[in-house]
Amino acid sequence: MNGTIPAPTIEYGMLAPLLVVFGAAIVGVLVEAFAPRYLRSAIHLPITLLSLLISFGLIVWQWIEGVPTKAAAMGAIAVDGPAMFIWGTILVLAFVSVLLINDEGHFVGSAAAVPGSAEEEQALYEGAAHTEVYPLVLFAVGGMMLFPAANDLLIAFVALEVMSLPLYLLCGLARRRRLLSQEAAMKYFLLGAFSSAFFLYGTAMIYGYANSLDLAKIGATLGTVGGQDMLLYLGGAMISVGLLFKIGGAPFQAWKPDVYQGAPTPITALMASGTLIAAFGALVRVFWVALGGLDWDWRPVFYGVAVLTMLVGAILAITQTDIKRMLAYSSIAHGGFLLIGVIATGSAQAQNTSALSGILFYLVAYGFTTVGAFAVVTMVRDAGGEAWHLSRWAGLGKRSPLLAGVFAFFLLAFAGIPLTSGFFGKYAIFQAAVTGGALSLVIVGVVASAVAAFFYVRVIVLMFFSDPAADGPSVVLPSRGTAAVVGLAALATVVLGVFPQPVLDLAHSAAQSLFVR
Amino acid sequence: MEPAEIASIAQHSGGAIGVAWLMIALPLVGAAVLLLGGRRTDKFGHLLGVLMAVASFVVGALVFVQLLGFAPGERRRGVTLFEFIPGLVDNVGLLVDPLSISFCLLITGVGSLIHIYSIGYMAHDPARRRFFAYLNLFVAAMLLLVLADNYLILFVGWEGVGLASYLLIGFWQHKPSAATAAKKAFIVNRVGDVGLLIAMFTIFATFHSLTFSGVLDRTGDASQGTLTAIGLLLLVGACGKSAQLPLQAWLLDAMEGPTPVSALIHAATMVTAGVYLIVRSGPIFEGTGTAQLVVTIVGVATLLAGAIIGTAKDDIKKALAGSTMSQIGYMVLAAGVGPAGYAFAIAHLITHGFFKANLFLGAGSVMHAMNDEVDMRKYGGLRTVMPITFATFLIGYLAIIGFPLLSGYFTKDGIIETAMEHSAVLGWLAVLGAGITGFYMSRLVFMTFFGKKRWDAKAHPHESPAVMTWPLILLSIGSIGLGAFLILGNRFMIFLSPAVGAPAHSPAFNPFSVPGLATLALVAVGAVFAWMRYGAAEVPATAPRGSFLTTFARRDLYGDALNEALFMRPGQWLTRLAVFFDNRGVDGLVNGLAAFIGGTSGRVRRIQTGFVRSYALSIFVGAAVLVGAWFVVGNL
Repeated sequence: MNGTIPAPTIEYGMLAPLLVVFGAAIVGVLVEAFAPRYLRSAIHLPITLLSLLISFGLIVWQWIEGVPTKAAAMGAIAVDGPAMFIWGTILVLAFVSVLLINDEGHFVGSAAAVPGSAEEEQALYEGAAHTEVYPLVLFAVGGMMLFPAANDLLIAFVALEVMSLPLYLLCGLARRRRLLSQEAAMKYFLLGAFSSAFFLYGTAMIYGYANSLDLAKIGATLGTVGGQDMLLYLGGAMISVGLLFKIGGAPFQAWKPDVYQGAPTPITALMASGTLIAAFGALVRVFWVALGGLDWDWRPVFYGVAVLTMLVGAILAITQTDIKRMLAYSSIAHGGFLLIGVIATGSAQAQNTSALSGILFYLVAYGFTTVGAFAVVTMVRDAGGEAWHLSRWAGLGKRSPLLAGVFAFFLLAFAGIPLTSGFFGKYAIFQAAVTGGALSLVIVGVVASAVAAFFYVRVIVLMFFSDPAADGPSVVLPSRGTAAVVGLAALATVVLGVFPQPVLDLAHSAAQSLFVR
Repeated sequence: MEPAEIASIAQHSGGAIGVAWLMIALPLVGAAVLLLGGRRTDKFGHLLGVLMAVASFVVGALVFVQLLGFAPGERRRGVTLFEFIPGLVDNVGLLVDPLSISFCLLITGVGSLIHIYSIGYMAHDPARRRFFAYLNLFVAAMLLLVLADNYLILFVGWEGVGLASYLLIGFWQHKPSAATAAKKAFIVNRVGDVGLLIAMFTIFATFHSLTFSGVLDRTGDASQGTLTAIGLLLLVGACGKSAQLPLQAWLLDAMEGPTPVSALIHAATMVTAGVYLIVRSGPIFEGTGTAQLVVTIVGVATLLAGAIIGTAKDDIKKALAGSTMSQIGYMVLAAGVGPAGYAFAIAHLITHGFFKANLFLGAGSVMHAMNDEVDMRKYGGLRTVMPITFATFLIGYLAIIGFPLLSGYFTKDGIIETAMEHSAVLGWLAVLGAGITGFYMSRLVFMTFFGKKRWDAKAHPHESPAVMTWPLILLSIGSIGLGAFLILGNRFMIFLSPAVGAPAHSPAFNPFSVPGLATLALVAVGAVFAWMRYGAAEVPATAPRGSFLTTFARRDLYGDALNEALFMRPGQWLTRLAVFFDNRGVDGLVNGLAAFIGGTSGRVRRIQTGFVRSYALSIFVGAAVLVGAWFVVGNL
């Protein structure tokens, strides 16, 4: 104690999946610094994919060895069933998204050049490319993995920023419609920073209440401190603002359509799947481990948020004319459905594990379907790039029946039609909520699903029962990567819809091991 | 009445019984290969179809032999295939017992012969492969129906044969009449199917199971009223499939299908599924005298109606269809009597399968020779040009009218005796039906094979090829000897008793009883009358107007008119009413709601201004509301 700082113990083996991803990201930065320009892309792709694979392999290996339940790194990072399940899901979806990102034509050659300027022409002419995309994606993925595993509010904040900062940059790198893309990046950054500030302020409040940032310790303090409830309520509310912003819960959803629309579509796919999953992982952990004992207070508040989110997502999507904005609103609505699950986890201290496993399954199912849907969006193009306006999709089913069929299938999965993964996702969550006593929420959820089904089916009708426009968009022949993404997503959507039991079992055993305390 | 004792089911896995599912799988694979293989299988399609049917018969025969090796009390063997819907049926399983194996042998045996016959009959049809695919599909579905060990899988087979029947009646879709007939059969069968479905719902609600063992062993637990309801609903299902009154109208139209189809599906096998259902569900009916009474009344009414329709038809296939209705009426009558009648019902079903297939294939052979002419007024004198067809047809004819010592004599007499013991009224009506049978079948034979030639100028009748005559010969052997084999010494009743229960006292076969002799006398009168009208006298080439009775019979006893007035017209009105209500009420509500949501969406959308400052404001306000709400809730 003589002024020496004790060296922290760090379980490198347990944290290896995280370390591999971050390590590969740093290697990517070095490649950017030292490798010749023409080689970078060729070096980046294998490094990125390989690191994701190795990380995934490590998780599988640990899972087989026996799911650990431990707060590693001096209690800062939780390595437990839910965290590892989410890691695995994020890694697979990130792998898939990287295949999309690798496709040519999504990213601007020189982001610093003013849109429409001579420099931009020059960069295009020289074939410049931002290969930094790969390390940025890896950093974001690392942050996504760290966020739901953070067992400490400060680590959670750091993870939030590690995840978000690369995404802010990536959003602004679209090759076409650059102004829209840059605007999206700017908005995302400003609003993200704003909401992060709420999160940080809430963290400070909670520290003031519990004298600790450790989630488990916060949970243990609840009810033992007298007269400080104001700090607790303020802190809890502000933390939830930060978290709800990331999942796009109403009224913090406004950024989502703008950003999803402006960002390069592969990045949208990564955000719509990975960020959502990570944020829900973190949300459930905080409200289970730290504030679980307070569920009588936060559940009614979340009731309102969930209802509003579902309704805003479903109703606003109806009048959208842009496919990416429509998918963004759909994502908001799905966030609302997932919030029902979050509310069900806190039911009467029973700590409903079936709600937790339902959320985990839903995240897997939705993640795959949404990546597949955005992958399809990248393929429907006309002279100005991707054809986003819905009117351009009219009659697609007549020209490209296979692609339109797959997209229709994804839409049906979003709507939760049986024999698709979406059905079992919704079923798992709604059932858990009913047993958890949140029947009224489930009714709103079902109504919102019915409203949402309208705009999904409308696109299907448009694709198959309208005549194609004469100068309609053409479907580009997909690269091998994109084709693989669409195929894999469709396969996952079918398999999870017809034969969900193995993944349900996996999610269940992950949920059974519970969060570490 | 207390249900008769049924042997319990022993689980079984070895030998031929263990692979009894092959019986179903083989023709199913055949159908799949032929349908999916497309034109590539045109060359050998018919041979594959025949091979699968025969292979299925061989498996069935092996199963039968193995079954005979067990003691009578152990001849009910269950074969579990895989787990399915726990709580409802638990497992998909087959039940191999004397009842189901009797059906299997009939279906695959007669089915194989008809497959072989079809090679010749459909030789010139461009879609012959598709025809064999459907036939195989039918055989598989029918076997599933009779082998299922629960009502749910039975229903799958039930719908499967309905589908095959639909496809085959409408096989020549280019003919509007065939397409209409197929649709009619399908729709009328829906009515029956709804009955069967509701019966299944009621069964499940009552017994919490749909397996035969879980239901039929526990009928004592249910109240009389419930059993009656279930029994009547099952009867509705049986009436649809077996063309019993009042759901008989589709069978006559079903003759639009190719003749082998009429022989296999609409005479020998599928239409007997209703009889199977009643006999299989015996304990339910035995627990409720009311349902049994209704069953017997339906049976008698149909046997008379079918016979009367048969007297007036000039279309050879429709006359035979009327006769099919009538004969199934006999079976239903016997099945309604209870355990004493089951053996005769099934025995008559089997012999009928042979002689009716024999007659239909014979009719097909005649049509084949006469350029597909079906009007008997344009036949006449065919016995000399088609000797084999004539001889085999004659045997079938003698069998169906109950000529002494041929198949029908034994089985039909058994039914009449049993009915007579049950109720004299029913018995004498059945005797009357037999007399009418004697008339219309004789009329048919005389018009076709005797008398003067009334052929069209273009007709050049000839004997059919061997591939068609051999099945006829084999079937006619069954028409001769099968009845005696089954009935003499109560052989079939004893064989069947483990599955359906032994009757309290078994009525022995007695050829010299009053009803037996009366039947023979009436049949003879009918035949002689027919000879005077259609054998000795000239048959006019166009049908005479006839009395109102003739018109009554010709118009199928106004069955179609009745259906139209009772169901079609009200149905149409109901549809119109529903459409009206849908347009004004439901659509108004739905459209209004949709417009409301759409309008909300349009209005709320304006909040999404695209300005970061307003988004940030909404976050700020949202955070304030959240904090406020938390405080309010926390301090409650």
